[in-house]
Amino acid sequence: MVAQTSSERADFMRSLGRMYGLYTGGFLGFIVLLALMEQAGVPNKILGYFFVFFTLAVYGVIGIAMRTAQVSEYYVAGRRVPAFYNGMATGADWMSAASFVGMAGSLFLLGYDGLAWVLGWTGGFVLVSILVGPYLRKFGAYTVPDFMAFRYGGNFARFLAVIVLVCCSFTYVTAQIYGTGIIASRFLGMQFEIAVFAGLVGILLCAMLGGMRAVTWTQIAQYIVLIVAYLVPIVILSTKHYGIPVPELTYGQAIAEITAREQEMVRTGLATLCTAANCGPTTLKPHIQPFMNYTPLNFFGIIFCMMVGTASLPHILMRYFTTPSVREARVSVAWSLLFIFLLYFSAPAYAAFSKLEVYTNIIGRDINSIRPWMFTWGELGLIQVCGKNAVNLDAVLAACKAIAGHPGVVRFQDFSINTDVIVLSTPEIAGLPYVISGLVAAGGLAAALSTADGLLLAIANALSHDVYYNMIQPVRAAGQWLIGIIIAAVVVALIYLLAAVPGPFGLEWRWWSLLALGGLVVVVAPLMRAATAVGRRLIMARALLLLVAVCSAALASTRPSDILAMVGWAFSLAMAGNFPAIVLGIWWKRTTTAAAIWGIVAGWGICLFYLITTRYFPQMGITYFGMASLLNPETGQPLVNIAQVMADPKWATQWPALAANPLANKVGWFDLNNINCGLLGMPLGFLVMVVVSLLGKEPPQEMQALVDEIRKPRGRTVLEEKTA
Amino acid sequence: MQNSSDQAHWQRTTRLMLAHLCIWFIFGYVIHMFVNVLNQFTIPILKFPLGFYMAAQGSLIVFVVMLFVFAWQQDRIDRQHGVAEDD
Repeated sequence: MVAQTSSERADFMRSLGRMYGLYTGGFLGFIVLLALMEQAGVPNKILGYFFVFFTLAVYGVIGIAMRTAQVSEYYVAGRRVPAFYNGMATGADWMSAASFVGMAGSLFLLGYDGLAWVLGWTGGFVLVSILVGPYLRKFGAYTVPDFMAFRYGGNFARFLAVIVLVCCSFTYVTAQIYGTGIIASRFLGMQFEIAVFAGLVGILLCAMLGGMRAVTWTQIAQYIVLIVAYLVPIVILSTKHYGIPVPELTYGQAIAEITAREQEMVRTGLATLCTAANCGPTTLKPHIQPFMNYTPLNFFGIIFCMMVGTASLPHILMRYFTTPSVREARVSVAWSLLFIFLLYFSAPAYAAFSKLEVYTNIIGRDINSIRPWMFTWGELGLIQVCGKNAVNLDAVLAACKAIAGHPGVVRFQDFSINTDVIVLSTPEIAGLPYVISGLVAAGGLAAALSTADGLLLAIANALSHDVYYNMIQPVRAAGQWLIGIIIAAVVVALIYLLAAVPGPFGLEWRWWSLLALGGLVVVVAPLMRAATAVGRRLIMARALLLLVAVCSAALASTRPSDILAMVGWAFSLAMAGNFPAIVLGIWWKRTTTAAAIWGIVAGWGICLFYLITTRYFPQMGITYFGMASLLNPETGQPLVNIAQVMADPKWATQWPALAANPLANKVGWFDLNNINCGLLGMPLGFLVMVVVSLLGKEPPQEMQALVDEIRKPRGRTVLEEKTA
Repeated sequence: MQNSSDQAHWQRTTRLMLAHLCIWFIFGYVIHMFVNVLNQFTIPILKFPLGFYMAAQGSLIVFVVMLFVFAWQQDRIDRQHGVAEDD
């Protein structure tokens, strides 16, 4: 990389400002244009298509314009991204479909307890800046496993780090592609599988051609779309109801009204309060009352795991490899959190406004006067009244009549809503024109795509840079062939097992995957032969990216149930595997190679064990490992009657346990939810590392001197020094 | 090898790290343990219960401000010990 002078840098900043200023103006103009088209009578469906395809096209164009064939551009965007813009890109990288669509819904459902996610997903950046990020920037890695390999001498540590990285990123990316499918199918009426496929094309256009460089500049564009889309509906809503366009200030009023309404509902018999004697899904949990959905242990556990997970997730850490200096890396973390904060401190307002609407305009109302916005969501099976989808008024009336002694007004226990609806339906609840709904859909897509881009890039970089370039290429040619054949066999077997699900255009996903694999071999093999060493590495990166993307799209098509939980698992896995090794590697010179390896194996191992056992093999956990049922946080009663379920052979012998199995995710040690498995893994990892380090010999002086170098911002990156 | 200025630099860096981790711990965990006590107070005009407000906004604001302050403080330490990068 050529060092930039300060005047060059100022020019660069100015032209970036001009470009993105123009882009933002263009985007706002585009919204106005579509609003005019709506007034002129253009049908909603066409508007929706315009929104989605126009934004996708913009990301694609940026991706293609920023394509690159240089290694440092491909992996770290040439280390030239200014702090402010890197902050925006990190914001988009960070905020996924789970944040954009899911978060407000969880806050609606969980009330105060949902704030554990808000706290956990913001506070982690403190750890990134103070403990990890700037030091990894000074080290000068391309990937997180790079650091592990270097600090813990060799490819075994690298290999472990790659496994941790692929596991947590793959869990995470599947949730994103799934989110893309949901949004596109809901708003555009596309078939779910085709929607997934369309999203995939958008993602690949950016990440494949231009690597980190293209992803960075698209993510900035995506951040602008997603934050505008998130804030506009709720600002309008706040202005309408309270006359002040700052929802974050006015929703306190809404919360006060909710609390008053809750008391009234209980008094008039519309709802039953959740008490220590009786508490379940049909009883009312006051919005501001803490610890009714999570026990204090799990509440603080989630905060801690999400925070530490933030500082361990490779796709986030690698964003800070792209800044021009260590100083800018630190400032950039601060900007990142500011940009993320804008969305997270608005999410509770969404939840409060929606809840107020539901409590005042649905519950307690005569069934005949139900507001019609519900029916569009009822048709999709997302809102139920009296246990049946609220398709139209007649269906609701019939369903409620079927319940004995129903009073004819909607009671609390009659109404249920899928949490994904909260953000998506707010424009309609507020009676806003369709163009705003389309905007929200475009924002949700931007959130899902940008995160998926970052994650896929992290995986592909690890595979191409760490596995191919650092581990396979140095091996002799004959050995390379052997490794290649083994890997290909494993991949084909995995695809065959995993992807037996219907894909787009009536073809099963496994055939799509094999098609991709075959195409890759045909295209890549001659290219590889002709290319230079650098070229080979980038071709490999792109080929692997495509393959990983198709695999996760296939997995997403199986519709794994709970996005929030899956994302939570990714955090816990990252935390148990990476955090102790990275932090001790920087902050404690005494940490030895053996210690790091044993620490990762023990800490990550126990976390993975707890996760897999409680989710897929709960019966084994009960029989052999002393696990018990998790408890209801309010009543303290077990969630499942284990003796009874284990006596039923249908559940007791179902290996692996499917989602419908009453034991899945409901058992554990110390009443610890499996989202928090990092809480077992991380302390164990630290303990093992400290003990093994102290038992072994001090690391060589040379290594300790390198750690000193990492701690000082001045000078060239450590990797450059070593390879120069 | 490390000279005494480098050692002093690392000592101050470590102290700064611990100070910020303390604040982080207080606003990330400790005050939320007292949510029921805090909820008995209501913020005037805005009408938020204080315990709820701290988890929904208060702690978040502290984190953001803290990071900008940290970036500035650490840079000052680096400059004073001559290990900061050139501008």
